[in-house]
Amino acid sequence: MKGIIGKKVGMTQIFNDDGQVVPVTVIQAGPCYVTQIRTAEQDGYMAVQLGFEEVPSRKNGDPRLNKPKRGHLKRNGLDLPDLRYLREFRVKEIDVEEGQKLTADVFEPGERVDIVGTSKGRGFAGTIKRHNFNRGPKTHGQSDRERAPGSIGATSTPGRVFKGMRMAGRMGGERVTVQNLEVVVVDAEKNLLAVRGSVPGARGGILLVKKTRKQRQYKA
Amino acid sequence: MTDLIKALEAEDRGFPDLAPGDSVRVHLRIVEGNRERIQVFHGIIIRLRRGGNNANFTVRRIASHGIGVERTFLLRSPRVEKIEVVRHAKVRRAQLYYMRQRQGKSARLKERRV
Repeated sequence: MKGIIGKKVGMTQIFNDDGQVVPVTVIQAGPCYVTQIRTAEQDGYMAVQLGFEEVPSRKNGDPRLNKPKRGHLKRNGLDLPDLRYLREFRVKEIDVEEGQKLTADVFEPGERVDIVGTSKGRGFAGTIKRHNFNRGPKTHGQSDRERAPGSIGATSTPGRVFKGMRMAGRMGGERVTVQNLEVVVVDAEKNLLAVRGSVPGARGGILLVKKTRKQRQYKA
Repeated sequence: MTDLIKALEAEDRGFPDLAPGDSVRVHLRIVEGNRERIQVFHGIIIRLRRGGNNANFTVRRIASHGIGVERTFLLRSPRVEKIEVVRHAKVRRAQLYYMRQRQGKSARLKERRV
């Protein structure tokens, strides 16, 4: 089972053995618990459901999770701590058991991973930011055309705007996968992973780290 | 959160305290193929930036024919072998970019003895 749920901590740079600087994103990865196993017979697909981040009880001792969620974590013999996030990872074979604990060391340095996150929301963004349109000219008698989208279609033929025309609108805040990132540091004790390069989302965002779908596995 | 980042960063190298205006000799480890040698870069610090693994400083020296040469070093890089502070100077700003406009006598800084 090569997958873990994590939280983006932030970026820094570290020195590798050659003394070269590597830009990395630090991820607080795990510990995760296997909360449920989905099987083809029962659920129609195979997946492992992981839970991440223990939530402490309130000061008066009341749990922070509601009863259905706690019931899911404490059903027939399973006694897991209260976990804030549950996410499923599709797998081809089941090699874990319910209740099992996964730490950052499911990955090793040099391995390649895909990371799924939620991109930063940009609000209602214009075509330049959202679709990489070009800007209009600043001079030569232009007024109010600097960031206008330009023509969105012809006139009476077809007499309408084609579906899918790229325009301004809500941008960001969507699921984004970055493929083939190199794992640089694995620290199972502190539950930290560092991957080369950047990762979608703001600091504190939830990330899914999985083995890469790209076929080629590079060696460190 | 930032403490988690610090956990992965390199340790303080225990170099002497640096300040803008200091004359320093930076001993650099240079790797050529599989040979290693030490090169020394001697000049004054015109800029110093803190910040964990990003901490860096820029050293300016006047090379042959009066050509100014600046080099920026990462304070925690393993390639920096040693830093010697030769002399402190009395300066009144944090970035000494004005040294780029100076040459000859006007490019001197008054010594600060500690």
